[in-house]
Amino acid sequence: MIELAFQEKFSKWRVDDARVPAACGLSGLISQDGRAVGGEVIVESMRILRERGNGLGGGYAGYGIYPEHKDYYAMHIMFEDFQGKKVCEELMEANLEIEMGEEIPYRLVEGICDVPLLWRYYALPRPERLEGDGLQADDFMVKLVMDINTTVPGTFVFSSGKNMGVFKAVGSADTVGEFYELENYTGYTWIGHDRFPTNTPGWWGGAHPFNILDWSVVHNGEISSYGINKRYLEMFGYECTLLTDTEVVAYLLDLLIRKHGLPLDIACLVLASPFWKDIDSLGDQTEEDLEKSLRIVYGSALLNGPFAFIVGYSRGMVGLNDRVKLRPLVAATKDECLYVSSEESAIRQICRNPDRVWAPPAGHPVIGKLKGDV
Amino acid sequence: MADAAVKKKMEGEAAELDAAGVHYRELNGRVRELIDKGCKEIVLNGVNGQRYIADGIASEVKIVINGVPGNDLGAFMSGPHIIVNDNAQDCVGNTMNAGKIIIKGHAGDVLGYGMRGGKLFVTGDVGYRVGIHMKSYKKQVPVIVAGGRAGDFFGEYMAGGILVLLGMGEGDRPIAGSYLGTGMHGGAIYMRGSVSDSQLGREVRVFDLEEEDRKLVAGLLEEFQADTGIDYSKIKPAEFMKLCPFSHRPYGNMYVY
Repeated sequence: MIELAFQEKFSKWRVDDARVPAACGLSGLISQDGRAVGGEVIVESMRILRERGNGLGGGYAGYGIYPEHKDYYAMHIMFEDFQGKKVCEELMEANLEIEMGEEIPYRLVEGICDVPLLWRYYALPRPERLEGDGLQADDFMVKLVMDINTTVPGTFVFSSGKNMGVFKAVGSADTVGEFYELENYTGYTWIGHDRFPTNTPGWWGGAHPFNILDWSVVHNGEISSYGINKRYLEMFGYECTLLTDTEVVAYLLDLLIRKHGLPLDIACLVLASPFWKDIDSLGDQTEEDLEKSLRIVYGSALLNGPFAFIVGYSRGMVGLNDRVKLRPLVAATKDECLYVSSEESAIRQICRNPDRVWAPPAGHPVIGKLKGDV
Repeated sequence: MADAAVKKKMEGEAAELDAAGVHYRELNGRVRELIDKGCKEIVLNGVNGQRYIADGIASEVKIVINGVPGNDLGAFMSGPHIIVNDNAQDCVGNTMNAGKIIIKGHAGDVLGYGMRGGKLFVTGDVGYRVGIHMKSYKKQVPVIVAGGRAGDFFGEYMAGGILVLLGMGEGDRPIAGSYLGTGMHGGAIYMRGSVSDSQLGREVRVFDLEEEDRKLVAGLLEEFQADTGIDYSKIKPAEFMKLCPFSHRPYGNMYVY
């Protein structure tokens, strides 16, 4: 039944199921002092990683890009056709107070075709709907996103946070940046991705970043534990609809950090848990108990397989590797800015002389946090 | 990137190329062209992320790289002498056969994979999976010397050759990570300092240096110092320990029933 629903949902999306070797490219930066950086900077960094992608997916997330609507959820939605848009807008009208809805600006560029309808809406849940459902606004929004993604034909919400936005397409990362006119946005955090799809189709919804509310993820590798993670997330109401393993990382972060209240570094211990042998040799009982408890309680949230990912959220940015470092990740700092990327050259392209460049140890997060307000 | 023209200047046997913004295919094509014309020394300026530099080149050309070269620098090469005046990325010296690569900075993961000859000198840290699957045959003995520390899987599945780790630089992390020499069945690893048993692969043991080892390490240190211009005179061969496989056929009985 579920498969059937998926067939219907994806009836018209063009899907390329060729299998090719993997090597996605990642890059991210955060000005921890909140200084605004133009979107063209992350595009320039991604340009250097072009060999890592194959033109079947590129994307970005920027934080601090909608200051004039910062109290509203900014929903970026792709529609296959006007019918889906009509159905979706009816569903949204019933649940949301929409401050404004507009087409996401883009320019036509060579290499990007079959453009869906791309719209964004700044909205808040209707108070009476919140009361009726007895839900917090964030939970209400997650539920609405899941409802749209699972029930409205050819329609996908690909960004739903506040004062942030995801921009993604089938194309190489640099052309996607040009397509969305990213030079017209400024933000304090940017993450970018160039895709080389391997096990799942190269389609618009499958490009990175993957987002829910505040959390956006770009990823290189494979989440071999996808099935376990997906079933675990379903118990909490998250529905994986985008046909790509990375989707679970965004939902796991929302669950662990927003819902369960885990601190970020503890959430990273859940996603890339130390091996039992390393826990046994910690030599610190409290730490040992903590790490054992996390593995036991959150065994189904452990990410297995090779991965490097960069997560953006409103208060910071995180880079994390799998526990045996099967994908590249490099970090650098310059003054208040933290950079994380698949390759040092992508950092050096936008920061010629960093104060420090290093390779983060496997399974240990690199975290940049916003200082003060923006 | 592909459209930018390579500015080049060639005087006698030396040439200089401006690689800034030039796609790797064009850059590497120009390098090969220069070598074919008899060029003996090539300086590449403004390099940033271009892959496959000097790959498969079988000539004794000297190539100086200013900037960060991309992945697979010097893969399959057999003869060139490469100097990188900056950091390097992943997969340097992949399956290289002869020649020398000197990196005046740190290098990334999978350095010297399947290396079968020549030398790789890195002044800083090296990443994960360094020197894995290295092998040697008669006079073909590959050597990697790194001035800093290494990540996990150092010398994994090593079948021959020499790894030397000096452990210099800031920080207090161990000189190498876990799974040291896992599956190793030939060659030798020399490390300055100690490692715990839990870091070792089950096929290797720690040995003291013999006279012959001390000579080998002293000779390599001298060469490393001359090439990098860094003073390592305070480092003594006596500070090293040696990691070797204690059986050269660790899996000899694995498929015997």
